[in-house]
Amino acid sequence: MTLSITGLTIDIAGRRVVDGVDLEVADGARVGLIGESGSGKSLTALAVLGLLPDGARVGGSIRWEGRELIGMPDRDLARLRGDEIGMVFQEPQTALNPIRTVGRQIAESIRIHQRGVSRAEAWARAVEEARRVKLPDPEAIVRRYPHQLSGGQRQRVAIAMALACRPRLLIADEPTTALDVTIQAEILELLHHLVDEDGMSLVFITHDLAVLSQIATDAVVLESGHVAESGPLRMLLRSPASPVTQALLRDATATLWRPGGRA
Amino acid sequence: MIRYALTRLALLVLGLFVASALIFTTLRILPGDIAQLIAGVNSTPEQLAGIRERLGLDRPIPVQYGDWIGGVLRGDLGSSQLTGTPVVSELLQKAEVTVPLGILAFVVALLVALPFGVLAAVRRHRPDGVAVSVGAQALAAVPVVWAGMMLVVVFAVTLGWLPAQGFPRAGWSDPAAAFRALVLPAVTIGVVEGAVLLRFVRSATLQAMGQDFVRTAAAKGLTRTQALLRHGLPSVGLSVITVLGVQVAGIMVGAVVIEQLFSLPGIGRMLVEDTGNRDLVKVQGELLVLTGLVLIIGFVVDLVHRVLDPRQREAE
Amino acid sequence: MRRLQWARRVWASGTGRFGVIVVVVIAATALVSLFWTPLDPQRVDIANRWAAPGAAHLLGTDGSGRDILSLLMAGSRTTVLVAVGAGVIATAIGLVLAALGALTPRPVREGVTVIVDILIAFPVLLIAMMISAVWGGSLLVVIVSVGIGFGVNIARVTRPELRRILRSDFVLAGRAAGLSPSQNLWRHLLPNVAPVFIVQLSWGMAVAVLAEAGLSYLGFGAPVTQPSWGLLLADLQRFISVHPLSVLWPGLAITLTVLGFNLLGDALRDATDPTLSRGSAPRGTEPPAAVTA
Repeated sequence: MTLSITGLTIDIAGRRVVDGVDLEVADGARVGLIGESGSGKSLTALAVLGLLPDGARVGGSIRWEGRELIGMPDRDLARLRGDEIGMVFQEPQTALNPIRTVGRQIAESIRIHQRGVSRAEAWARAVEEARRVKLPDPEAIVRRYPHQLSGGQRQRVAIAMALACRPRLLIADEPTTALDVTIQAEILELLHHLVDEDGMSLVFITHDLAVLSQIATDAVVLESGHVAESGPLRMLLRSPASPVTQALLRDATATLWRPGGRA
Repeated sequence: MIRYALTRLALLVLGLFVASALIFTTLRILPGDIAQLIAGVNSTPEQLAGIRERLGLDRPIPVQYGDWIGGVLRGDLGSSQLTGTPVVSELLQKAEVTVPLGILAFVVALLVALPFGVLAAVRRHRPDGVAVSVGAQALAAVPVVWAGMMLVVVFAVTLGWLPAQGFPRAGWSDPAAAFRALVLPAVTIGVVEGAVLLRFVRSATLQAMGQDFVRTAAAKGLTRTQALLRHGLPSVGLSVITVLGVQVAGIMVGAVVIEQLFSLPGIGRMLVEDTGNRDLVKVQGELLVLTGLVLIIGFVVDLVHRVLDPRQREAE
Repeated sequence: MRRLQWARRVWASGTGRFGVIVVVVIAATALVSLFWTPLDPQRVDIANRWAAPGAAHLLGTDGSGRDILSLLMAGSRTTVLVAVGAGVIATAIGLVLAALGALTPRPVREGVTVIVDILIAFPVLLIAMMISAVWGGSLLVVIVSVGIGFGVNIARVTRPELRRILRSDFVLAGRAAGLSPSQNLWRHLLPNVAPVFIVQLSWGMAVAVLAEAGLSYLGFGAPVTQPSWGLLLADLQRFISVHPLSVLWPGLAITLTVLGFNLLGDALRDATDPTLSRGSAPRGTEPPAAVTA
């Protein structure tokens, strides 16, 4: 089960925003995609799922399980989304539909890919998924609307939606950046636990090396749309070769964090 | 929710009173001697005095207003100064033409605006989307009267499919003929209003398309179109509901002119006649009913919007 | 926003350019018609009535043999008069109401808000009917009605902008620096309210042109002696079964003018809103969805 990105280019409004990115995710691997804002990390992730904004042009190759994703019709990509590749986004505030209950939104993930499932069964599964992501009082919470939940709870719902069909790969785009520091650790732990439990592969996108060090084994460092450096995370932390990585490391160690564990 | 409804209801009632006072005072206080208008240029002072007394114009304005409002609350809008017929009965009779016309026009407007507005948004980079956008802009600039004339030229004069004027004397007891008489007028108003609404639907859809939760829905496994239709459009629907009140005002205004063009015996044409005749009692009654309608629809729309949007339900 | 940057942006966009051109052409035509038209618009020539477009009469003649092109040119004067007049009145009413609704103590503010909300419910045409019933119809009635109807709309849109700016940091800084309230007003409020305001004004003029056409058609607008596009429509319409295409010209004139003002307003909005993202509408600034005839 692999994702293989080679020579990815993305043009938006005539400007080349991603220029020749390579990324390999082996089965069960946890790869970090790190860089400053504007480096093209989110766009790379969106390109995999075919969710780039209108008018974006993509070149290069993205292979999933040997199938070429670039140029695949949306209908076929949609079948992959949620079922084989799941995605969690950065802003829990806006990622959920405000006029549907969270339970219904989790259940929708299931009903999209498993046609035979009845509404009642899907609802029961939704409760189970809510429990799995450690939401308090799952039976009650699934009846609530997003605005009634806290930021951390909403992100758990988003994770539940992404993982409901047990995808083989999870792409997490800055899932903790918009959350309180105290909640960040909980969500990270949850993600780590779920990824391990299912043997999923993970692509974790962030600008914070400290966060990445707690969850990824390998990393690719992006700068202005191309790869500055890549390799096992431990090596990058110990001896970063590129100035970008060095700057990121400096930012991370500006707090009390030290490589290899908690402060 | 109840509290909200009651507040809005109180505001509605207040609004109706203020509107009625505005209408009444404008028609009474504006310079121009009403008795003179009715009696004509060559009237004698005795005639003028007689008219004034008959219509109660010599009493203080607040008293006159009180009289009128008292009547309104009892369902009596007074009687025509010229013909003596009660305003309410005339309104009800003409409503037979205007209400179906308004409803038909509204349906046409929705049929034009909703599908094409969404299309114009989703395909805004392709020629068909751009064409719809440009076409809507152009249509929205067309005076309703002229649009009616052009449709008459094509469908009535040239093709002869539909009547160019008039409403069957038998009224709705001949439903087919009555309906045929309303088709061109309703389509005229509906298409022009629809063009205006279309631009709104288009921008609301664009906003919906940019919503994060639409992207999340696609990430779960819906195609991008499905995600937009299932998750994005309900919020478009919600924002369309908020402009419904304005749409109704537009249709009402269109009806006034269109009834004139097509010689339809409706409320709009009656208003024009009465205004020309300076029949103030009728005019004030008609204006009150029309503005009251806009205010009431605004109130209903507020409540519906509140009910449909769970975020607002909790806002207290 | 730099003084002329928005003007340049408006000219750069296709629709903006079209709007500017239309407005300039109409204004120019109105001006020129004061001194010259191909023929005297009131000149009756029964022998040549209902002439098709040709060399002598570029757009043909009407039922009395009057040259349609000349009538249209003369009619543009009425159009400009109504648009400008309504614009002036709408500006005055709009600014006063907005100021009352933003700068005064709370009870006055609430009262003004309620009144504005209720006045919004009165469509322009109904206001015009109301006034016509007592004063009789006339161009002044049209101008005042549109002025009131649109002035209230301007107030409703400008007031939140005023309040937002009143509370903003640089206004507070101005007061802290010792500027008197009126100096503060000039320096901060007006330049920032101006963009929203100009946009509304442009759309308002479109509404004014449509209102004049409709009300003149109904007989409550321009007097019979004054050339007006709306009156021309009414005149020509009576013979529409025999001479269907004659109504094309005044109708086109009105449509193009309204389109020009609308597109100009749209381009102004796009050019002056710094937060505008490609393709979506900024909050609170949509053209009014009510059509007046």
